[in-house]
Amino acid sequence: MFDKTLAELAQGLEAGEFSSTELTQSYLDQINQQDTQFNSYITVTDELALEQAKAADAARAAGNAQPLTGVPIAHKDIFCTQGVRTSCGSKMLDNFIAPYQSTVAEKFNQAGTVTLGKTNLDEFAMGSSTESSFYGATKNPWDTSRVPGGSSGGSAAAVAAKLAPAATGTDTGGSIRQPASFCGITGLKPTYGRVSRWGMIAYGSSLDQGGPMTRTAEDAALMLNVMAGFDPKDSTSMDKAVPDYTATLNNPLKGLRIGVPKEYFSDGLDAGIAAAIQAAIKQFESMGAVIKEISLPRTDLAIPSYYIIAMAEASTNLSRYDGVKFGYRCDNPENLEDMYLRTRAEGFGEEVKRRIMIGTYALSAGYYDAYYRKAQQLRRLIKDDYTQAFEQVDVIMGPTTPTQPWTLGAKENDPVSMYLEDLYTISVNLAGLPGMTIPCGLVDNLPVGLQVVGNYFDEALLLNIGHQFQLATDWHTKSAV
Amino acid sequence: MSLDSSDVKNIAALARLKVDENDIPAYTENLSNILDLVDKMQAVDTSNVEPLANPLDATQRLRADDVTEPNQREQLQTVAPATEAGLFLVPKVIE
Repeated sequence: MFDKTLAELAQGLEAGEFSSTELTQSYLDQINQQDTQFNSYITVTDELALEQAKAADAARAAGNAQPLTGVPIAHKDIFCTQGVRTSCGSKMLDNFIAPYQSTVAEKFNQAGTVTLGKTNLDEFAMGSSTESSFYGATKNPWDTSRVPGGSSGGSAAAVAAKLAPAATGTDTGGSIRQPASFCGITGLKPTYGRVSRWGMIAYGSSLDQGGPMTRTAEDAALMLNVMAGFDPKDSTSMDKAVPDYTATLNNPLKGLRIGVPKEYFSDGLDAGIAAAIQAAIKQFESMGAVIKEISLPRTDLAIPSYYIIAMAEASTNLSRYDGVKFGYRCDNPENLEDMYLRTRAEGFGEEVKRRIMIGTYALSAGYYDAYYRKAQQLRRLIKDDYTQAFEQVDVIMGPTTPTQPWTLGAKENDPVSMYLEDLYTISVNLAGLPGMTIPCGLVDNLPVGLQVVGNYFDEALLLNIGHQFQLATDWHTKSAV
Repeated sequence: MSLDSSDVKNIAALARLKVDENDIPAYTENLSNILDLVDKMQAVDTSNVEPLANPLDATQRLRADDVTEPNQREQLQTVAPATEAGLFLVPKVIE
C-alpha cells in the first residue's frame, strides 16, 4: 500500500479496494513506527485524520467523491491549519494553534483529502538542510547520516520514506526543488502568484510560492489541480484560468526546444551529477526534443541578489513576532523594550537572527540603495536573461543542485557555504518562473534531480515533460526504504 | 564589506534582538562573511535599470473599501500571551 502513488490510491479508493479509514490508519501506524528514524513530522494529526477519513468514506458512499477524496497527504508546517499547531519550525510559534485556515489547506479540505500531519522544516523556512528546526533535524531516508535538503525537508523525507504519498511544500529559493532532489522525489514550484500565499507563513513575500512534492509528475498534477487558482485574499495572487494539469500529461515531446545553460555546468558542479543530467537530456533528445545551448550570463549574480532581497523581506515580515498578539513571550519582561528584545532573542534560532540582522542592515538608512535597491536592479537583469532565453527555447534544463546531500552538521557553522548550494534554484524565484525537479539518476546510491524551468504559467508543460520522462525511465521508482 | 562589533550592536538594536556580549564576535564574523558574498553586486553597472519588486511586474490589486471581515476578536485572542477584557496586555508603557 505504501508503494502506491497518489493516482493509484485514488483509483483504489474509487474501486473500493480499501477505505480511506483503512488507508489513513495504515499510514498513521507507519508514521508512528518509522518516523523516529527520520523526524519528518513535527505534529501527527491522528484524530483529525481519522475524522476526515470517515467523512471522506461517507462522501464516497453518498456518491460525492472528487478525484482526491480520502487520499492522505501531509502539509509543511508553514501552512496555517485551523485548530492545529502551526510552528514553522520555530520556538516562537511552538504554542501557536492557528486560529484560521490557509487557503491551500482549505482547498485540500474542500477536495476531501486527509491531513496526516505537519512536516518539519528549517525554522521559518530559512535553510537548505532542515537542520535549523526547533524540533531537531530531519534525516535523509536514503542515508540517515545526511541532510534531506530544505527547507521543505520534512515533506521530502516523508514522501521518500513512504510516510505520506504526497505533501505540500513552499519554495522561496529552492525549498521545494532542492529537498525533492536530495530525497529522490518530484517537486514543483509554480509561477509566482499561481498558488495563494494566504495563511502561508511569510519569509520572502516576493519570492515565496507553495507547491506539490510527490513521487510522480502525474501526482504533482493532481495536487496542483487542487492548489492553484486565484485568491482575493492574496494581493499577489494572479487572476488567471487554471487548466486541468492532468489533461496534457500525455502530449508528445516531439519538437520540444530544450535550452541548456552553459553557466550551469561550471566548476562547482559535481561530476557524477553532471553526467546524470547529460544522460537525462539525451533521453529527451531520443524522444524528439531539440537541444540548444543557451546562456544565462547573470547566473553568478543570483546569489547576492537573492540573499539581500530574501533577508530584507524576512526582516520586515518577522518584525511581527513581538510577543504581543501571538506566539512566544519571554518571562517577566521589565518593560516593553525588554519584552521585544528578549522575546525575539529567545524565540528565534541563530540562522533566523542572522538573516533578520542582514536584512535590517540592507534596509537601514544609508545602505538601502547600495543593497536592497541594487539587488532589485540585478533581479531585473536576471529576469531579462530568462526572457531572452525563452525567445529561443520552450524550457530550460540543468541540475537542481551542484552537490549531493551533505553530512548532517557539515555546514552548520558556515552559512555562506550553505547559501552557495542554492545556485541553480534561486534565480527561478527571482524571475518568478515555474520550476520542477524530477529524479534522473543515482550517484553513490544518492538521488540526483533534473531541474526543468518553464516560461510563466507553463506548469502544464513541465508536468507533461516530467510525466513523459517517467514513462520512459524508472528513476522515480527507485526507493530509499 | 566588514562590520565591527559596534555595527553589530547597532544592527541588533534596530532589529530588536538582544545579543549576548559573548556572541558578538561570532555574529561579526558571520555577518561580515555574508556581506562579502553579496559584495560582487557592486561591480555591476545598474544605473539605468529599473528595480524589480514583483517578479511579474504586477502592481498591487485594489479592492472596494467595504467591510468584509467579521469581528473575530475572541478567536484571535485565544493565541495571545496575555489579554484582559478583550485587550492585549503589555508591560506598562507610560509611567
